Amino acid sequence: MIARIFATAVTEAHIARRNRWVLIAVALMVVFSLVLSAAGSAPTGALGADRLSVVVASLTSLSVYLVPLVALLMSFDAVAGEVERGTLPLLLTYPVARWEVLAGKLLAHTAILIVAILAGYGVAAAITIAADPAAVAGLGALWRLTWTSVLLGATFIGIGYALSSLARRVSGAAGLAIGLWLGLVVLYDLGLLAAVVADDGGFFTTDVFPAALLANPADAFRLFNLTASQATAAASGVGGAAATIPLWQSLLSILIWPLVSLALAALAFRKVEP
Amino acid sequence: MTSTLTISHLTKAFGGVKALSDVSLAVEPGERVALLGHNGAGKSTLMKVILGLIAPDGGEISVCGAAPGKARSQVAYLPENAAFHSALTGLEQITYYMRLRGEAVSGAMELLDRVGLGHAAKRRICTYSKGMRQRVGLAQALIGHPRLLVLDEPTSGLDPVSRRDFYELLDGLAADGASILLSSHALTEVEARTDRLLILSGGRMVAEGSLPELRREAALPVSMQITALNGYDTDIMAALPDAIRLNGGLHLNCTQEDKLATLARISAMQEKVTDLEVIPPSLEDIYSHFSRRDGQ
Ligand SMILES: Nc1ncnc2c1ncn2[C@@H]1O[C@H](COP(=O)(O)OP(=O)(O)OP(=O)(O)O)[C@@H](O)[C@H]1O
Ligand SMILES: [Mg+2]
Repeated sequence: MIARIFATAVTEAHIARRNRWVLIAVALMVVFSLVLSAAGSAPTGALGADRLSVVVASLTSLSVYLVPLVALLMSFDAVAGEVERGTLPLLLTYPVARWEVLAGKLLAHTAILIVAILAGYGVAAAITIAADPAAVAGLGALWRLTWTSVLLGATFIGIGYALSSLARRVSGAAGLAIGLWLGLVVLYDLGLLAAVVADDGGFFTTDVFPAALLANPADAFRLFNLTASQATAAASGVGGAAATIPLWQSLLSILIWPLVSLALAALAFRKVEP
Repeated sequence: MTSTLTISHLTKAFGGVKALSDVSLAVEPGERVALLGHNGAGKSTLMKVILGLIAPDGGEISVCGAAPGKARSQVAYLPENAAFHSALTGLEQITYYMRLRGEAVSGAMELLDRVGLGHAAKRRICTYSKGMRQRVGLAQALIGHPRLLVLDEPTSGLDPVSRRDFYELLDGLAADGASILLSSHALTEVEARTDRLLILSGGRMVAEGSLPELRREAALPVSMQITALNGYDTDIMAALPDAIRLNGGLHLNCTQEDKLATLARISAMQEKVTDLEVIPPSLEDIYSHFSRRDGQ
């Protein structure tokens, strides 16, 4: 079992390297982190936080868009591509379970994502600490951001596999992935914000809104990181109401989502007829 | 000895299209069986059902003593248009498949050499020719020691020498006890290199047996080409009322049973005949006889 999962992971890693996905993912993360840390190393005062914590807050806002995007870009082709190339029927006649195939792909794609995240955040941290050695105080926040980013990425990789299985066509899967990214990462917050404004402190704001934030993996990720570093007000796009959500709830959402999305992916893949 | 593959009363329809109806067959260990049939006859569908890729609508199938798709470690498959990830090299692709089968990957290079791809092993598959891609497909079907090989048009795209090499490989596998079910449109190579033929037509099994058996069953007429000595052709035609003039000679069709009697009558007119040619029904004739029986 383990051998078969590793075999698939190694093969996927070869493919990702040849298709330049490793390079693209790392370049995206590094470039954006560089830009942010350059902007964030300006003197800060208001928050009384160290520079690295400030950079982490802006990296959080960046990662909430970028990590899901990179994850979906790597994963949308996973099943639909095999169907379209015609490689799936042969693969499924091999003594390998479908979930093992997905697990192998997940291993490879997550590893690439980890490399990209480490490269991006590492560069940001190096620059910030070089500019201000006192910024090492923020390493804890950076570490938190790092592992939650990996979990967020794994969630969206799973979602990408599920969409890929449902679409069965690469073009369809790409469309679904972009649509889902826009929906969950961009429009969802706008919709919530509009609803909160219209609701003006009523039932929606107090009861529905926190649950809606927790239900979205991207929002839970942002909430957790910003709450944990007490910077909710500083950078949260969704306003102060989020501050009332206890930390453990957003943590739970972050931990459960990868399992849910991978289970969905495995279910959707099982339904694919070669 | 138990059969490697047994199928009884298999049916499969796609929507309204009956791809397979009431198909029964058995393949014994060490046997090489060829599946013939027109385009759309159901050959590939039958193979996919055997492999467990498509669920049948009815009938019983046993593959190496298990249900389809349950004995995958003992079954090898070559799809009809074998496709691979073009970004991988031939060696990487074969290594991957060997790992999935739990085979030592040190044999990968040797396997590629066996199908004549050793020199291109480290090149990407997207740079391969069609025949080279087909050989990658063959190489993966040879991994491990499968008890059943299901090969969908294995020789398509192969040059004549490679075809011969391929059938030699098959002979070796069959001698080791592997069962082989292959589909093909190349009648001559199939009849020389397999033990038994199955002919599918419109989803039905219309004929089954070795070539001599099918020849007997089809009972197609033997044709004879008689060249008469100058001026004697009218005499011969009088003696053989069925003969017709064709291309300056005389042409005669007769049934298998009448063959010897007709030959005796011709040899009785020895002094009037310069040449006689007996043409048995060709492979194509036999094939189309069975394949067209269902109003194709
Ligand atoms: N997935 C499918 N959906 C609908 N119909 C199908 C499907 N697969 C095959 N068929 C139909 O089943 C019939 C048998 O097809 P099949 O591919 O088995 O033919 P074949 O004998 O392999 O032909 P060829 O010699 O061209 O490869 C055809 O009428 C085909 O249209
Ligand atoms: Mg076919």
